[in-house]
Amino acid sequence: MEMNQYLEVFIEESKEHLQSCNEQLLELEKNPDDIKIVNEIFRSAHTLKGMSATMGYEDLANLTHQMENVLDAIRNQKIKVNAEILDVVFLAVDDLEAMVQSIAEGGDGKRDVSAAVEKLMLIEKGESPAQSQARAETAAAIAEPPGPVKSTYDDFEWTVIQQSKEQGFETYEISIALRADCLLKAARVYMVFEVLEKSGEVIKATPSVEQLEEEQFDQEFSVTIVTKETPEVIRQKLLKVSEVDRIDVLEVSMGDDISREAVKDEGTLQPDVEEKAERASEMPKEEKKAPAAKQVSNKTIRVNIERLDILMNLFEELVIDRGRLEQISKELNNQELHETVEHMSRISGDLQNIILNMRMVPIETVFNRFPRMVRQLARDLNKMINLDIVGADTELDRTVIDEIGDPLVHLIRNALDHGIETPEVRKANGKSEEGNVILKAYHSGNHVFIEIEDDGAGINKDKVIKKALKNGIITEQTASALTDKQAYELIFASGFSTADKISDVSGRGVGLDVVKNTIESLGGSVSIDSKVGQGSIFSIQLPLTLSIISVMLVEIEKEKYAIPLSSIIETAIIRKEDVLSAHNQKVIDFRGKVVPLLSLKEIFEVPSDNHEDEYISVVIVRKGEKMAGLVVDSFIGQQEVVLKSLGNYLTSVFAISGATILGDGQVALIVDCNALIR
Amino acid sequence: MMSETAAADLKLIVFQLKDKEYAIPVNQVRSIEKVEHITRVPRTVGFVKGVINLRGVVTPIISLRSRFNLEEAEYNEHSRVIIAVMKDMEVGLIVDSANDVIDVAPESIEPPPEVIGSEEADFIKGVTKIEKRLFILIDLEKVLNPEELAAQDGKGFAG
Repeated sequence: MEMNQYLEVFIEESKEHLQSCNEQLLELEKNPDDIKIVNEIFRSAHTLKGMSATMGYEDLANLTHQMENVLDAIRNQKIKVNAEILDVVFLAVDDLEAMVQSIAEGGDGKRDVSAAVEKLMLIEKGESPAQSQARAETAAAIAEPPGPVKSTYDDFEWTVIQQSKEQGFETYEISIALRADCLLKAARVYMVFEVLEKSGEVIKATPSVEQLEEEQFDQEFSVTIVTKETPEVIRQKLLKVSEVDRIDVLEVSMGDDISREAVKDEGTLQPDVEEKAERASEMPKEEKKAPAAKQVSNKTIRVNIERLDILMNLFEELVIDRGRLEQISKELNNQELHETVEHMSRISGDLQNIILNMRMVPIETVFNRFPRMVRQLARDLNKMINLDIVGADTELDRTVIDEIGDPLVHLIRNALDHGIETPEVRKANGKSEEGNVILKAYHSGNHVFIEIEDDGAGINKDKVIKKALKNGIITEQTASALTDKQAYELIFASGFSTADKISDVSGRGVGLDVVKNTIESLGGSVSIDSKVGQGSIFSIQLPLTLSIISVMLVEIEKEKYAIPLSSIIETAIIRKEDVLSAHNQKVIDFRGKVVPLLSLKEIFEVPSDNHEDEYISVVIVRKGEKMAGLVVDSFIGQQEVVLKSLGNYLTSVFAISGATILGDGQVALIVDCNALIR
Repeated sequence: MMSETAAADLKLIVFQLKDKEYAIPVNQVRSIEKVEHITRVPRTVGFVKGVINLRGVVTPIISLRSRFNLEEAEYNEHSRVIIAVMKDMEVGLIVDSANDVIDVAPESIEPPPEVIGSEEADFIKGVTKIEKRLFILIDLEKVLNPEELAAQDGKGFAG
């Protein structure tokens, strides 16, 4: 079967199931007795196993299978959930994630899972993983028993089974064992199939029919059949085929969506048969409950982000043509044309909204990996931490989502490592032993805010200043004049770390300046508020979308430039006499502040004929607290434009952050004010 | 034998600069465009003439005359932009004209003469002769060498 077309779906769904495993495992840790959660995990793991087996990823299927066994034992209350067991299961999920990742990156999804499998098997046997070291050798010896014959059914097969059932047919899974001395296995297989096909319809064989015909099996194989005959009749018929050793007929009931290992009945009873049987009888009940518990899911399809980009590009072309049409219609002054063009403009406006909305993704996709991370870190750091996530459904442009993950990881690590104190310290300070970290996202105007709040120790201003002095980031002189906020900002300076000792988690002093840079490169900003002893809030402000921004178009000689509105404080027209000179730098007095003037004509080396005007047009821009006045020839106006990159050839053009295409089809460059102000 | 040679033939797009004929393999060319409005990009190397809107994609343009240290010429109705592709880059090359495609056998391409004496020698991969015409095969990788673009980092002006 051609698998490639399913690969993408497989990867996406696997990721979803793993994510759900992660989330539910965290839930389980909080409510160890809640069997519903275990069922939920079991279901995810099971689907994953089925999918990976179908796709031929054996290691993946193998590990999920072991995980499933452990979960099953938990469900049947054979073993009790504790942190150690969960650690092992988490490890297994990590392995699974790594394998899926490898597949997604075009690898073969192979990985040495024997360690994880072995640990899981020990747990299943009721041993604590802590004891596993001593038992490692014996365990290794029995680690890989020959895989039992089993069948998993895909969605299609389930549909067939379901429909047959509705029409009064029963579905049986028949395991057939041939005698060990059987010589013509393929011939026996053929005869078995002939018998079965007379009784009903064969819908599945494990191993596949091709493999069976090539004798690629040991002594046993299983066949799933839809029939109206009773199991006993089928059994008798099959036993007439010579050299057949043993026949087991098992009813496949609806909802019995687990891959059972064939139950052997003739004296070869395995110790876990009872358990298996129990599981088989128990499953239908639970599966029936499942649909109710499942959250209501909207109908969605997956679309490659690249296609959306192409759609967006095409749409931009349309917008440019629309501009031309509007122009023409104005010139021709024809009523009908007017109306048509106007209607088209309205529709394309709606279209633009829809296309932009399609690129919006809930920030959940970034947030949902944090609970797991926080749990792990808290254990590593020996701290007790409770993470609250608020506003995970807040939507952001896909491009922002892709970039924001790493900075958030840094900030959360920082909050856990430097913010939250150890339980003893917290207790001594009269706080609850458990520290709280709140991760919050919300919309406000054209921006999205993400806040990371902790109720930890807060930032010690003196310590920060001392450190900054030591590392040569500031001088004594500036240190004395710093406000609290300015002092906190120092921790974003490169080469700064306030932790007394270097830990694995953070504290190498490379984190926070990277965070600041990344966020600023996304057109956002980050600020800190903190109270000693009460905690800190890191607040990130991000634009809703990176692909469309509001700009002020300005003209310099014959060239047009776009200045992002987010950088602009205001525009002003000032008289030439009001320009002052200080240290070879032209400045103006702007609302009581001395603001340096920069001539964009000079900076951008615009060819000019050097005429002098009596009035000069200035755009006042800012970067943080600093300001500058950009001298231009004239203002054209405010506009929403589509941000485009200059391509991979022109990667670092000074003070230009990108380009956009104007209504007349020409390219205008977007000024990067952050590069102009230093 | 004949068919084998034919199968391995190299398709080249021929373009003119000043009075010489140059060639570039057709698989390195995405399209050929007329010269339209070019937006100048400030503070970059001289041969980068700016960017154009190529069906919604902002595409950088370099002048091959300037790149080969030939004197610049006004663009006219024959001037063309060859959109060349290298790895993940798309760059437009301004040439005097481009209106021919030729097939050559790979073995007919000779290494560039040692003493060619002209400035574009660095960018030549080889030469090939068909009848009386001499075609100079350009080395796109060297023409687009990004290292020569780097180090355009300016200084801040205020603050």
